Amino acid sequence: MAMTIHVDIVSAEGAIHSGLAEMVYAPAVMGEVGIAPRHTPLVTRLQPGEVRIDEGGGKEMQHFYVSGGMLEVQPHVVTILADTAIRAHDLDEAAALEAKRRAEDALAGQVADFEYAKAQAELAEAAAQLRAIEKLRKMKG
Amino acid sequence: MAGAKEIRTKIASIKNTQKITSAMEMVAAAKMRKAQDRKEATRPYAEKMRNVIGHLSQAHPEYRHGFMVEREVKRVGYIVVSSDRGLCGGLNNNLFRQLVKDIRAQQESGIEVDFCTIGSKAQGFFRRFGGKVRAEVSHLGDAPHIEDLIGVVKVMLDAYENGELDRIYIAYNNFVNTMTQKPTVEQLVPIAGKPEEELKHHWDYIYEPDSKEVLDELLTRYIESLVYQAVVENGACEQSARMVAMKSASDNAGELINELQLVYNKARQAAITQEISEIVGGAAAV
Repeated sequence: MAMTIHVDIVSAEGAIHSGLAEMVYAPAVMGEVGIAPRHTPLVTRLQPGEVRIDEGGGKEMQHFYVSGGMLEVQPHVVTILADTAIRAHDLDEAAALEAKRRAEDALAGQVADFEYAKAQAELAEAAAQLRAIEKLRKMKG
Repeated sequence: MAGAKEIRTKIASIKNTQKITSAMEMVAAAKMRKAQDRKEATRPYAEKMRNVIGHLSQAHPEYRHGFMVEREVKRVGYIVVSSDRGLCGGLNNNLFRQLVKDIRAQQESGIEVDFCTIGSKAQGFFRRFGGKVRAEVSHLGDAPHIEDLIGVVKVMLDAYENGELDRIYIAYNNFVNTMTQKPTVEQLVPIAGKPEEELKHHWDYIYEPDSKEVLDELLTRYIESLVYQAVVENGACEQSARMVAMKSASDNAGELINELQLVYNKARQAAITQEISEIVGGAAAV
């Protein structure tokens, strides 16, 4: 049997693929790389593109689309940490600005310091309510 | 018979409420299971990433990324993860109480605090009580996506890199089991250092483009995945808390209906007795 290498493709939202392969092709940031078993250790960034896995034995190649991520290679394991989102510096920047804007909108014309006493009072009230409900339930039960 | 009719409508309305709460209970139970699966699914990614980062920092002990270095603390940031909807018992309130305790401890030692909110309950909380909210995001839905979180995490990490924040915490509910959710406040950045392991292997990766850039990217993604895990975990907590709350609401409604039914029967019987005695009295008078 031909030599194989273990391939894991995982994203932050779940595992995508796990299995053995004779050859793995990935879109690295400096150009596509092909990884055979016993490849030297490598870490690189991926760009959006296609990951192909050749399982050998005349089987059809498996294709996965990744929108970026990281590729880690060790002699017998390939790990692809795939992004689920399309990442680019300006896109991230836009998302950050959007999050900031929402916060500013929400806080327009409001005191800047956290009012500890007020928060404490309201929480105490809520806790007391919960306790009262608990007691009532016990008395009934 | 006026009393009896009122009681009857009351019973009917409580029955309707009970139908709603028990439906919500079942929905929450189903969603809870899904949320737990989602939580499990996030694990391999974070684990793999921890391995790679662990190896990188071992291979390059001289290069300490900013996210790994402790510095003097003057101002800290909290990322507060809450639910979007209510009707889930004391879930959010318990978390806020824990958080307020922490905030007070920070303020007493002269440290200022900033916030970043995830979920509309946290948003509402800080709107009422003030505090500098740097970024917020809400309405992530039952299946949150990591791309919705990139923005808020970036705001906090940028603030950290610019020296505006010296430490970032994350506050969320930790799923212990269906009945217990533990409000948790954890340090996110700087990444709490693991005890250095012995350097076992003397090999190193080839880096493309170069090791620092790779490490930067990895750390950002790692922190995002931690925040995402917290959000997913909090989601599971929300569903289980709601399930428990709705179950007790349905039970209470059932008790109330029983009691009202008794009152109603008594009122009905009293009315009938009265009518009979009136008829009997009338007949005797004739």
